[in-house]
Amino acid sequence: MSAVAADHHDHEHEHEHHGPIKGPLRWLITTNHKDIGTMYLVFALVMFFVGGIMALVIRAELFEPGLQFVDPNFFNSMTTMHALVMVFGAVMPAFVGLANWQIPLMIGAPDMALPRMNNMSFWMLVAGILLIASTLFMEGGAPSAGWTFYPPLVMQTGKAFPFAVFAVHLLGVSSIMGAINIIATIFNMRAPAMTLMKMPLFVWTWLITAFLLIAIMPVFAGAVTMLLTDRFFNTSFFDAAGGGDPVLYQHIFWFFGHPEVYVMILPTFGVASTIIPIFARKPLFGYSSMVYATAAIAFLSFIVWAHHMFSVGLPIAAELYFMYATMLIAIPTGVKVFNWTATMWKGSLTFETPMLFSIAFVVLFTLGGFTGLMMSVAPVDFQYHDTYFIVAHFHYTLVPASIFILMAAGYFWLPKWTGNMYNEKLGRLHFWLSAVSVNILFFPQHFLGLAGMPRRIPDYAIQFADWNMVSSIGAFMYGFSQLIFVYIVIDTIKGGTGEKVTDEVWEDAAKHSLEWTLPSPPPYHTFTTPPEFIPTEHL
Amino acid sequence: MKIFKQLLASLVLIAMGLSTANADYTLNLMQGATQLSHELYDLHMLILWICVFIGVAVFGTMFYSIFHHRKSRGHKAEQFHEHTTVEIIWTIIPTLILVGMAIPATKAVVHLDNTQDTEMSIKVTGHQWYWNYEYLDSGVHFESHLDAGSEIVHRINGKDSGNFPNYFKLLKVVEGVGTKGKEINAATRSPSVKPTDVPNYLLDVDKRLVVPVKKKIRFLFTAKDVIHSWWVPDLGWKKDANPGFVNEAWTSVDQPGIYRGQCTELCGRDHGFMPIVVEAMEQDKYDAWEKSTLEKQKQAADLADLSHAELIEKGAAVYLKNCVACHQIDGTGVSGWFPALKGSEKVTGNMDQLIGFLQAGTSKMPSFRKLADNDLAELITFIRNAPEIGNNVGDEIQPNKITPKYDDDE
Repeated sequence: MSAVAADHHDHEHEHEHHGPIKGPLRWLITTNHKDIGTMYLVFALVMFFVGGIMALVIRAELFEPGLQFVDPNFFNSMTTMHALVMVFGAVMPAFVGLANWQIPLMIGAPDMALPRMNNMSFWMLVAGILLIASTLFMEGGAPSAGWTFYPPLVMQTGKAFPFAVFAVHLLGVSSIMGAINIIATIFNMRAPAMTLMKMPLFVWTWLITAFLLIAIMPVFAGAVTMLLTDRFFNTSFFDAAGGGDPVLYQHIFWFFGHPEVYVMILPTFGVASTIIPIFARKPLFGYSSMVYATAAIAFLSFIVWAHHMFSVGLPIAAELYFMYATMLIAIPTGVKVFNWTATMWKGSLTFETPMLFSIAFVVLFTLGGFTGLMMSVAPVDFQYHDTYFIVAHFHYTLVPASIFILMAAGYFWLPKWTGNMYNEKLGRLHFWLSAVSVNILFFPQHFLGLAGMPRRIPDYAIQFADWNMVSSIGAFMYGFSQLIFVYIVIDTIKGGTGEKVTDEVWEDAAKHSLEWTLPSPPPYHTFTTPPEFIPTEHL
Repeated sequence: MKIFKQLLASLVLIAMGLSTANADYTLNLMQGATQLSHELYDLHMLILWICVFIGVAVFGTMFYSIFHHRKSRGHKAEQFHEHTTVEIIWTIIPTLILVGMAIPATKAVVHLDNTQDTEMSIKVTGHQWYWNYEYLDSGVHFESHLDAGSEIVHRINGKDSGNFPNYFKLLKVVEGVGTKGKEINAATRSPSVKPTDVPNYLLDVDKRLVVPVKKKIRFLFTAKDVIHSWWVPDLGWKKDANPGFVNEAWTSVDQPGIYRGQCTELCGRDHGFMPIVVEAMEQDKYDAWEKSTLEKQKQAADLADLSHAELIEKGAAVYLKNCVACHQIDGTGVSGWFPALKGSEKVTGNMDQLIGFLQAGTSKMPSFRKLADNDLAELITFIRNAPEIGNNVGDEIQPNKITPKYDDDE
């Protein structure tokens, strides 16, 4: 998105010695956190549409009962690939992109601590995603056993199987390198006056997220490696015939998988905690309780994994333990929602596009949290499990939560990154279309799940027809609405409304965080000497 | 904005208008047919109302703030950013609510887990893609496949239905399957059947799991190939069927009736096409069913000679139940997964070798020794000669000519 913006820098700074190198090679070998951040964000946006097209294939097939467009195998590949692309290609890289751009700017660092590794982790991500995408064209098709890769079903994957495993390895290495870089940057590169408890919450949430990533990605890599050796080297980790246990895989997977969903939501919390105070013109309510709540959620995420497996045949003690532990997550999550509400309370609110997306996030994420609370109750989860109720739940915690906040972050920081203001009218149009259609898309799925429609089926009984049709209409509305965002981003890079933004961009933003003390757009190299003034409005 | 409101309103109206068409249409969890399912329904409603209550409180506060504390109304921001008492209160209250939820939830877990003192046991085995039921006390056992109506309609959807005359004859002859009286004229290729023409589309089976009411039944779950999950919403739970392991669950159905469900663990290509139908009946009716089923089970297969046309027509039914999931309704297979039967040397070549091959199975294809000789003869004649498959060898085999071609240890 800022290829043009970068050119823009060139004109402004062509007399300086330390600009980017000329030509496309710049993007291949760059070690600049802003360049790499931009590449991550552009890549994530492209993948958002790739994964979105897959989702629309699914929703088109489910528009009416009967099999109309695709073979059930391809349908299963689509659900699998949609999840993998959205999780590993869109949401995670988008947050890494934000981290690359914002963490050095927010803590007063000149760049990331390990800039060459930063470049490598981006290109390994591209390699991993290309590898997994290439399986679509292989004999037997792309993996179709669900993104969870449960054995024994995943063993029936065709030629794609080892490629999918190696793709997971690449994505894992990329994530771990990114996480190490973020931790190293935050611990070593802060401006001297910035103590840990003065850091903006976005930096805090990413610090905690990075530890989650380092802890879980090796577990996932290990799980898929065991699948690989089961298939090709005669081991029997997950094969009962050889003394293994297919349920063991599920335990290992969800030990990774549950913290993984918090990898996607904790930075979301961080961005929301950054945006809401600025448009409420009030300090964030309960900064330190926000930090502790984030840490508490991260800790709890490691000890609740089997709530994804209540119906797998757990002993009663495990069911009770995982139920109680899961319920506990509601407490720190509730604290966060209350804090955001209290931040808005008696503020002086305005409703620019970033704020609209953030408010919608608080409301709709809370809805997703409520259904999460419902399914934490193990005996009732015996009804909800693996139905569209679950699909509705986790899409509420991902789309109108993580994706909405990523959109909010785009509108919020794009003026800073490019120096141009986006078109507010179009931004609001994008918001209202998204907010309405996302509910048309996902809310009816609660009804479908409660009425008895299982997940991951390409065709369904007649009584599920109506809400599936409504959901599909919502899906196409939502999907096409996102094209507005692409237009706005390109338009803003090209000059936007023509209005030059101030350094602060938003009213009094410089009181909240360091990036607003820099020029808009910031020069190619920033904070080559650490800033002495540390904003503390957010505390 | 006006346009969007209109769009939204029309969408809601469409949804409401459509919804009246289905009587069994529902927005909420069903209460179910057992004491346990009612208990779980009540728990579900309790938590739902707690969530609604919290939601109204939180969102109410937020929307009050959004409405009153806006800059455009001249509201000046206050600068408070901490309040320890309030923070403690809103940590403690949710904790108490959670404790209040955990108590009935714990009771329900214990109730759900109590498989003691059951009066009969049924072993359920998940297969790709059908269920196998064994009544451990009486010895009744059978496979339960998707019914022919749903099978034919979902597979022919989009294809030229005139190419499948045998299947359309089948739609009329298979017991319990109709197409709502719609006459299907294969010769004139019209009309094509749609999912809406099939009663209980995708939620019907050829053989129902019959159980007596008011009897505590223990279910044992396992699977042959991959993980499946057995779910009948009216019973209140689902349980995974894991290959190599056995899971337990129990039910006791209050009222006679037919309760439908589906496999809920992704199990491959036809995951969406392996429904479950439980029929609960009074004890005396159940006893009669058990007796007659056992008798039928003991009867030897009818090995009388059939005409060529009969062999093919009946073979279509056997093919539909046992082969169609992999080799497809027109015998074309799935590229990269399952080979085509059309023009296959194995299918159209030596008859004895074909019989041996079907009896033995391979690492990828299960053995079909479970088929009775008459079924096997019909199937073989069908796949070698049916226009649906695209083969035309011009021979046949009669049921009494099938002998074991495959030697094993038995």
